Amino acid sequence: MRFEWTVALRFLREGGLQTVLIIAGTTVGISVIVFISGFLGDLQRDLIQRTLGVQPNIIVRPAEEIARPLRDGRDAGALAQVQARAQRLRSVDQWQTLQVELEALPGIRAVSPVASGPGLVTRGDVNKSITITGIVPERYVAVTRLNEKIVAGELRLNPGDVVIGTDLARDLGVALGDKIRLSTPTSPGDAYQVRGIYDLGQRNLNRAYAYVTLPTAQALLNLPGGVSSIELAVDDLFGAEALAARLQAQTPHEVESWMKANSQLRTALNNQTVMTLLVRFFLALVVAIGVASVLIVSVVQKTKEIGILRAMGAARGRILRVFLMQGALIGAGGAVLGSACGYLLTSIMSNFLRADDGTPLFTATFSPTLYLYTVLGATVLGLVAAVMPARRAANLDPAQAIRV
Amino acid sequence: MNPPIIDLRDIHKTYNEGTPVAFEVLHGINIAVSAGEFACLIGPSGSGKSTLLNLIGLLEWPSSGSYHLKGRPIEQAKDDERTRARLETLGFVFQFHHLLPAFSALENVMIPGLMRYGAYTARQRANASELLAAVGLADALHKRPTELSGGMQQRVAIARSLALAPDLVLADEPTGNLDTHTADGVFELMRRFNELKNTAFLIVTHDPRLAARCDRVIELRDGAIVSDAPRQS
Repeated sequence: MRFEWTVALRFLREGGLQTVLIIAGTTVGISVIVFISGFLGDLQRDLIQRTLGVQPNIIVRPAEEIARPLRDGRDAGALAQVQARAQRLRSVDQWQTLQVELEALPGIRAVSPVASGPGLVTRGDVNKSITITGIVPERYVAVTRLNEKIVAGELRLNPGDVVIGTDLARDLGVALGDKIRLSTPTSPGDAYQVRGIYDLGQRNLNRAYAYVTLPTAQALLNLPGGVSSIELAVDDLFGAEALAARLQAQTPHEVESWMKANSQLRTALNNQTVMTLLVRFFLALVVAIGVASVLIVSVVQKTKEIGILRAMGAARGRILRVFLMQGALIGAGGAVLGSACGYLLTSIMSNFLRADDGTPLFTATFSPTLYLYTVLGATVLGLVAAVMPARRAANLDPAQAIRV
Repeated sequence: MNPPIIDLRDIHKTYNEGTPVAFEVLHGINIAVSAGEFACLIGPSGSGKSTLLNLIGLLEWPSSGSYHLKGRPIEQAKDDERTRARLETLGFVFQFHHLLPAFSALENVMIPGLMRYGAYTARQRANASELLAAVGLADALHKRPTELSGGMQQRVAIARSLALAPDLVLADEPTGNLDTHTADGVFELMRRFNELKNTAFLIVTHDPRLAARCDRVIELRDGAIVSDAPRQS
């Protein structure tokens, strides 16, 4: 292969401006591909986190209760109408055991039992309906990162403490340390001290939840010792649906992934992915066509040299490899430069693009696998683009090529 | 006795075979060249000299007839085998020298070795330097072909054709585009290698002066050999 490498490198070097231009073109193409890929991944991840707020990746709930009409054995006729049952607030059966089992499963990063149900918050004359959510804080933050959203006080719950959202606090006119009353239809409730205030970046979410300790919620919601759901965080955000389906098959409970619960968001993200996939595909195509056309010109320019190499004893396969290598080298060179430019572009854009609240819209992450695949992919792309020119070079008739 | 390096019997060559415009350019050529010969091939333009040289050089296939290269039939061999035979047995010098412009003079001479051994070996380097010194280019080892005059380029091409010590060097009008003085020098060089290393040469030329200095003159006219005789001294 030494001969092929030597000649391929020399031919490229001899190409001068032609080589510089095609590598520059490849670099631009690859850097945009890298930018779009990286940007898309980062943006989608951050967008999901923003939109989901405190929704978990996967939620396990008790299965819905269904009405089972009793049948009279003698009457084979079907009932025309069956009224659906109202869904009571129930506990997940055997949740402690389930929690331990779920924690042991691969792909699950965190498990958090939650007791939540409807309630009222009262201060003075003001009543607001809220969701009372009983949590074990250290488990809950592993699933939802609520701790990162605390803007005042802290997420440390003792019995008698509550954490509410900024908008609810404003509605009620309360600050840290103030007391509010939480009650439910089944419990007259008690006064709780505001320990922390969170901001999820969405007004209705900031009005929705009042976080208390798990035992407090159990007492308020009349769920002694029970939890209404178990919430999970997974390693692979986009694999949540598949994992949920597997869990669904293994347990009698209802298992739902964020993707199902937010099907519109998921559809939008999917469309975005397909669109960018198309853009990336066409960019790669343009790069490949560029490499192929430059190499075809190069074959024409070097006809005489190819002829003399063939006459001197270079087999067809060697000439073929000389040009394939040139394609691969252009691809690899463009990919290395393009990866660097793409990363730079992603970093710059993450500083420019900002969300409403002034925080970066996405954070650029350095993903070595993305760059590894890019370099490998572009090398293969260059190689494939070089196939046609290389075959043309290899099939040149040396007797004719020399006469040119 | 060793078989001749090349031995062609009743070689015919037809271009555009099987089409209405088919025409035969070589009609039953018989030619053999043995080790150490210094022969030239003369004839007017269009007599088929270049075609014959390409056939001998395994760059074209004969339409019929037999061709033995060092005793081995080669006329029906596959391209890869012919390519290997070229690398191992033959050297080429062309009218327009055809050096690779991206490589220095020394590298041009080392390319055949690189092809054969897959590396630039120290022995190849020494051999190439020696050959270039022998053609009077000891000072131009690292110059690019574009920095050399026509005569110098042709001398590099001769050095290159000898890099792997071939049995036979095929030269297609090697002095065709050189002035008389330079042509004489290049011709002398080939002659010297012929005597020094016993390398056989088959030289196509238009120049009767040079033909007169070969050991054997083969004359081709209208695709047939009309005379093949040792030089009359």
